[in-house]
Amino acid sequence: MPPDIEAIAEQVFVALADPSRRAILAALASGGPATATDLAGRLPITRQAIAKHLALLAEAGLVRAEPGERRRVRYRLRSAPMQVAQQFLAALARDWDSPLGALKDHLDRGAREPAAPPLHGTSRS
Amino acid sequence: MGFPDRIERTVELAHPPARVWAALTTAEGLAGWFGNEAGIDLQPGGSAWMKWNEEGFTAQMRVERVEEPRVFGFTWHIYGLPDDDPRRTYVEFTLEPAAGGTRLTVVESGFAQLPDEAFGEAVDGNTKGWASELAELADYLDAA
Repeated sequence: MPPDIEAIAEQVFVALADPSRRAILAALASGGPATATDLAGRLPITRQAIAKHLALLAEAGLVRAEPGERRRVRYRLRSAPMQVAQQFLAALARDWDSPLGALKDHLDRGAREPAAPPLHGTSRS
Repeated sequence: MGFPDRIERTVELAHPPARVWAALTTAEGLAGWFGNEAGIDLQPGGSAWMKWNEEGFTAQMRVERVEEPRVFGFTWHIYGLPDDDPRRTYVEFTLEPAAGGTRLTVVESGFAQLPDEAFGEAVDGNTKGWASELAELADYLDAA
């Protein structure tokens, strides 16, 4: 069965809605794979709470547990679901209104006048 | 939540289609309103680019449809995804003669491609999936 793109994105946004999980994901993104104990040393969250969040994140496919002895299992961020969420954000961030406004201005100005420096994503006057 | 696959806008321009066409499909035209600099090989499969100096950003495009002076389509990278990601959105401009000028519609589609979808597949012919998105699109546009 193909992955449901909306379900994947939703899991990312649910994960990111919680500040502790955000902190865990941010720590894995900036510092690379880490154990629950490593993370507990770096974050103001108990090891037990971190382990619970990591289990939820692994279930959602946002982190992957690397094989290892118990208590020394390292967790690694999985970027694929993040990229799906990014697609969603790209659609929301896509701004066609400004360029189309700029096109209108450009045509109305005519070829005689020099064009103002075009700015991507900002309206021009 | 509604994953928008497709973004559509229409503007009325007080200029004939030929002039709008030139603004969309020539390096000089594109550099006049879209990017700061542009280049284009205007044929299906041809490459095109636009550069924004202030942002230090260059967009690489691939020309897909050239039906002068009515349809111009290209694909480009989805902003924010890694450079080597094969997913691209398809942008299509449609020019229709209208009283006093041109009705220009731009449709960008393919935001909701599956991650493992082969390049190009989502661009053509996949209209069935989009049909169901249209109601959501309408809500999305209304809310914007």
